[in-house]
Order: sequence, then C-alpha cells, then structure tokens
Amino acid sequence: MIWIDTIIQGILLGGLYALFASGLSLVFGIMRLVNLAHGDLIVMGAYLILVLVTLLGISPFIAVLIAMPLMFVFGYVLQKHLLNRTLGDDILPPLLVTFGLSIALQNALLEGFSADSQRLPTNALTTASLDIGPITLGVMPLLTFGSAVLVIVGLNQLFYRTELGRAFRATSDDAITASLMGIKPANIFATATGIALVIVTIAALYLGLRANFDPNIGPARLIYAFEAVIIGGLGSLWGTLLGGVIIGVAQTLGAAINPEWQILSGHIAFLLVLLIRPRGLFPRASD
Amino acid sequence: MAYSVTIQTPASRIAALLGIVVIVVLIALPFFAGRSTIQDMFFILTMLVLAQFWNLLAGYSGLVSIGQQALVGIGAYALFGAVILWGVDPVPAILFAGIAALVIAVPTAFFAFRLNGAYFAIGTWVIAEVVRLLVAQWKTLGGGTGTSLPRDATRDMWFVDLIKETLDVRSAAARDILAYWLALVLALVTIGCIYWLLRTRRGLALAAVRDNTQAAESVGVDAGRMKWIVFLSSAFGTGLAGGLIYMQKARISPDAAFSVTDWTAYVIFIVVIGGIGTIEGPILGVLVFFALQSLLADFGSWYLMTLGVLAIAIMLVAPRGLWGLVSERTGLHLFPIRRRLSGGRLKLEEK
Amino acid sequence: MSLLQTKELTAHYGDFQALFGVDIELGEAETIAIIGANGAGKTTLMRSISGVLRNDPNAVTYDGTPIGASPADEIMSQGVAMVPEGRRLFPSLSVEENLLIGTYGRKIKGHWTLDTVYELFPILGERRNNPGTALSGGQQQMVAIGRALMSNPRVLLCDEISLGLAPVVIKDIYQAIPQIKTAGASLIVVEQDIAQAMAVADRVYCMMEGRVTLTGTPDSLSRDDIHDAYFGAGH
Repeated sequence: MIWIDTIIQGILLGGLYALFASGLSLVFGIMRLVNLAHGDLIVMGAYLILVLVTLLGISPFIAVLIAMPLMFVFGYVLQKHLLNRTLGDDILPPLLVTFGLSIALQNALLEGFSADSQRLPTNALTTASLDIGPITLGVMPLLTFGSAVLVIVGLNQLFYRTELGRAFRATSDDAITASLMGIKPANIFATATGIALVIVTIAALYLGLRANFDPNIGPARLIYAFEAVIIGGLGSLWGTLLGGVIIGVAQTLGAAINPEWQILSGHIAFLLVLLIRPRGLFPRASD
Repeated sequence: MAYSVTIQTPASRIAALLGIVVIVVLIALPFFAGRSTIQDMFFILTMLVLAQFWNLLAGYSGLVSIGQQALVGIGAYALFGAVILWGVDPVPAILFAGIAALVIAVPTAFFAFRLNGAYFAIGTWVIAEVVRLLVAQWKTLGGGTGTSLPRDATRDMWFVDLIKETLDVRSAAARDILAYWLALVLALVTIGCIYWLLRTRRGLALAAVRDNTQAAESVGVDAGRMKWIVFLSSAFGTGLAGGLIYMQKARISPDAAFSVTDWTAYVIFIVVIGGIGTIEGPILGVLVFFALQSLLADFGSWYLMTLGVLAIAIMLVAPRGLWGLVSERTGLHLFPIRRRLSGGRLKLEEK
Repeated sequence: MSLLQTKELTAHYGDFQALFGVDIELGEAETIAIIGANGAGKTTLMRSISGVLRNDPNAVTYDGTPIGASPADEIMSQGVAMVPEGRRLFPSLSVEENLLIGTYGRKIKGHWTLDTVYELFPILGERRNNPGTALSGGQQQMVAIGRALMSNPRVLLCDEISLGLAPVVIKDIYQAIPQIKTAGASLIVVEQDIAQAMAVADRVYCMMEGRVTLTGTPDSLSRDDIHDAYFGAGH
C-alpha cells in the first residue's frame, strides 16, 4: 500500500514539474528558443507573489492574479527588446544571453532578498488533506495537478481554437511567410513569452506554497522542466505532463528507498528514456 | 599572376617573437614574483585552460556545454582518489584526472549527442548533476562534505624539495610554484594543440561542421566523428585542469568541485567577453575577468550580476567579443587560422 | 499616377548584388508580367517589393507613399499581398486555417471571403479540413493564392505560380486570374513560362542578370526581341 501511496504522490508532484515545463515547451515550440533563465524566472515569480502578499496583506491566491499580468508584461518586454535580437540560425546568442540573464537574475534576487529561504503563507485549505480509502491526498498537490491539467487544456484551446493560436502555429512553421501574411513575428514571439511567464507565475505560486525557496533553486527547476519536455517529446503538451509525472514518480520512489536518491532517481529516469526513446515518448511528426 | 595561399600574417610573426619573450618571463616568474602573484597567475592560467577547451567546443564546434563542472569535478575527485586510496603521488595523479574525465565523457557524449543544439546544453548539465550526486555518495572520499589531501602526500610531492632548495622558499610556497609551472605547461600545450588542430585539415573541417553539418557531410566531412574527437579531447584537458586546480587547493567537496558557477559560468563569461571562436579571445577574456574579479569580488552578488549583464551586452552588441573588436579595427591576428588568398585577381563580373 | 512603382531598385545578398537599378511600374487595374531565366532577379524583385528584403524607402512607392524600407507585415496591411515562390503553406495549419491567416488581426471588407475563395477554387472547400500540405501541388497553389486574396489586396504579387505544375493544372490556375482582376486587384505575375505570361499581361518586363532588358505590350514584342532579352544577344 505504501508503494501505491508513493506513486500517487509522485504523480501529483509531476503536476508541479509539468507546470514548470509548460512555459519552456511553449516558447521552444514557437521560436525554437531554449530559455536557460526559465528556472530563475519561476523563482522571481515566487518572490513577486511574496512581495505582493507581504505588502498588501492578501492571500497568495489573490496575489497570483495581480502577479500574472505583471509577469506577462515583463515577458513581453523581455522577448521584444532582448531575446528577439538573439534569434537566428546561430544557437550561441540565445543560449549565452539567457545564461547571462539566469546568472544576473539569480544574483539580483540574492541582492534583493538575501539567501534566506522563504515560503508563501499557507492556510487551513493549503495544508488540508483528503482521505480516500487508505490513501491520504494533500489538497495542495491535488490543486497543483489540477492546475497543470487546466493550463495544458487551456494552451491546447489557445493553439487550436483561436486566431492567436493560428498565428502562433503559422509563425512557428515559417516566420518569413507569416510576415507576408501581415503577422508581426516579433510581436507573436513577445506574446508567447508573455503567456509563458503567466504559466511561470502559476508554477511559482505552487512552488512557494509547497516548499521553501531561495534565489539559488532556479537552475534545478529548469532541469526538471527540461527533463519533462524531452521525455514527453518536443511540442507535445500532454507529453510534457506525462514527462513531469515520470520525473515525479521516479523522485518519490527513489526517495522512498533512500532520501538522498530523490533527485538522482529523477535524472536517471530521464537518461533511461533518452536511451530508449531519444525523441521522447510523443515526438511531433516534423522536426 | 600566380595565386598563393598563406596563413601567417606579419603581425603573427611579431606576435610569435613577443610570445617567446612572454613565455620566458612566465617561466622565470617564480624567481622574482611573490607568492600571491604566483597564486593569481595559477588561477589565470587554469581558467585560461578551461576557457580554451570550452571555446573549442562551443566556439569552433557549436557544442555549447553547460556541464564542464562534471569534468573538472571528476578530474579533481580522481586525483584525490588516486592519492588517498592508492597512494599515488599528486603530480602523476593529475594524469588520472584527465583519464577519469575522458571515461566520464564517453557516456556523456553518448547521451548528449542525442540532443540537438540548445538541448545539448541542458543535457550536459543534467549529466553533470548526476555525476555530482553520485560522487556525493562516495563515502570514502568524504561524501557530501568532502575531504582533504593527506598531509604527507602534499609534503612529499615530486619536485617540491627541489623547488624549496633552488628558490629558497617554504614548502607551501614551493607547492604553489610547482602548481604554477604545471599550469603554465598545461596552458601552453593546450593553446599549442588547439592552434595545431585548427590549422590541420581537421580544423578546417571543424569550421565546416559548425557552419553547416549537412553541407559538411555532403562534401565528405564526418561530422559525427569530429564531434567525438573534439568532445573527448576537451574533456581530457578539462579533467587535467580540474585535477591540477584541486591539487593546489588540497581540499575538495562535491559542491565546490562540481560548481556550475565556478567551472562553467565563469568560463563562459571569459570566452564571451574575450571573443568566442578565436584563440586570442579567451586569453584577453581571462585577463579582463581577473581584473573585474580583483575590482568587484568584494561586492559578491553585484559582481556576478555585472558579469551576467556584461555577457548579455557583448553578445548583443559585439558578438565576437573584445578581441573581435580589436581585430576588426586593426586587422590583427595573433593566431591566424584563416587561409588567405593573395596574388592574382578575382574577376567576378566578366562580360 | 501608377499604383506601385520601383525606382533604381538595388538588392544585395551579402557581397552578391542581385538587382542593379530596376524600374518597374504597375498601373491601377493593370496586370504586368515579369519574365526571365533562373537567376535573373525576378524573385529578388518580388522579395524587395513585399518587404522581405529591405531597401531605401523611396526605392518602392505604393499609392504615393514610400514603402521600400517598410517591414513585410506593414506592406501587406496596406494592400500588397504576395503568393510566394514555392507556395509556402503552413504545414501545421489546415486548408481553411491557411486561408484565414490572410485576415489575421484585421477586419477586412471586400469581395474575397472564405465563401468566394471556395467558389473560385471549389476543390478547396471540399478539402478545407485537410492539412494544407496534404494537397496536390496545384491545390496547394490554389490555397496560396486564396490565402493572399483573403486580405482583399489592391496589388497581388504572384511569384512563379506555375512552377513545377502540370500544364493542365497551370491552365486551371490561370483561369482564376480574370476573376481576380475583376474583383479589383492589380497583378504582378512572375513567370518563366513566357506564353502564359503573354496571355494574361497588359505589359511585360523581361529581366536578365538583375536588370530590366526589355519592356512592352505583349503584341509589340517579337520572339527575337524576347529571346535576346531573355538570354542575352549572341546566344
């Protein structure tokens, strides 16, 4: 029974990783940009929510609603004025610029908030749990997983049911021809990064509610997100959720055997998938 | 009029002469410089070696690795393992550092080469994390807290007595001087080998692979094989540097030896600031980096923030770095690689 | 006054100069054809007009305003639409979505809607939910033309719309041109197929090596004139 419990906790943890990963996947899918500062942006989101909670005395769930548009604007401006200038055939500029951004962000957060760990305030709801038969499920992990599913459903709707989604797909296919159709690729890219940062903010909420965070934990979140994306197969959002779940389950199983093995087991699961299915579980037909 | 293809430039001949002078001064440095200068120079030279190898990967082969800390760390741990477990003298144990990095590089390349471009970068990072976590489980070498080199091993190290007597210094200073000379040899050999590699037919092929893998393959360049050669040779060199750095430190822990900031971020900044894709770039970059560190290191996170922002600015404004600006203005090439056509005239528009 | 005009238009790809001072003119309700061999600079000219390649602002004027330095999306929004060489449909979009992309972000009034495009090319209506790239070459070309028409352009640039298609398919596609003209568009048609170009155009420009070598109405040009302008004298 303990194993079933462990696996279920792992699946729910996978929801958090899928939230980390969805923004990364979105940005990569549309502009082939891997943002190495993604993890640090999640941490920055968590600090933004913390600041809003502290300054305004509101619940984190309200604060996230204020943080989302702010992060959207930040993402839009970041993409439009910095990252768009790095896009092209050469992979070095985007990698090195986002790597520089990652280091700069981490240290700006260190300067602003010190290296002390922080946590978003929890209440009765967030610490509550449900008993389903012999298994106890935390409300928080359930909310996280539910949010991940909602985000993925929402992104799929956006992609396949809206005019903006059509423009996303067209620009991703062929930016030059898209511009001949009246689309401004620079704005499409900026909007995509803005949306990615809205998802990042949701991920940040759960990151901060579930555990302590400090300015240095960004890179590890980037790695989990990356593993989930690769396991799922580039461009498949449901694959990304499954990838998150695989990492989550591997981590909780590893931790059940020996707490020191938690992170390691996640990485090993990733390498195993890479070994067996180099293009992930649900690769997109093209590229 | 006949065509001739040359590689040398007048500047490169002068540079070669100047280079010999600089090398002689560097070799003789311990005879007149103080211990802190020697330690600074050791830092500069070892960072230069790491930077040259990262540049060979990223700048010449398009393999952007963020996992160099795996090679530094495993090299350092191999040195400690050989000294502590097998009683090997630290100086020859440096060779084990290179070999261990080579051994780790084979599975790393096997996995990471399955990932393209940007994902290769994070793939190398994941593997570095795996190696760090595994090494932290190695209880004989101190697990997560780390360990030190045994005192008698460092005291009886090869050449230390000789240096002590010749230069009349204490044994701690003699160890630093030994490490410095080893670092100097490593740096010179590294630059020499990379320069040689880039001037061979292989080197030309490398540029072709970076610019366009498919096109290079269509004219018969085996891109896959070139990637392996470059990846493994830079792993070996990076491992040697890792071993040497920790031989000098004489104290190790997984977090320090596998630090992504110290062994990859700094190295990337050195190359980007100096000029990616040139041999001169990392040399200039490491000097600028050292100057910045001396000026700003007391400011802690402000310092790193500055480096991050500087790297972004350089990538956007002058993607070929400071050396790129210099050689653009002056046409200077200290390590010319490009073959230049002279004599004759090209007529593009013949009617 | 002409609707669209290029003046002393030059273009470079790196060190390679592709156009050397090209002057062309398109009048209201006119159709011009640009013919020439491979590498004559026809596609470069289309890319310069449509804004894929940027130029001096005054090198291209449209409706009296300089557009030579404007980005492609602005030029398109002002009413110059392009059917690019090689069709370039969006593979992740269905036929209908490919057509709708032509109206992105704008409310457009005019003759061309999904319905009228499906009337023009009935096969597209039948296959509206297929991925654009699952269609035959000729049908893909119809999608590319329809996609450009959806913005109800005043100028339609057609780059090599017959390239790689069977003669019978080319005939089908060219049958649509009179209807497009009637709906109010002026056309610039780039063709390697001289006969086809002569049949639809009011005036013809012949290009060679980045320059215009011959201009005139189709009936004023002799076969020999065209041959010389096309391949250079002495061939």
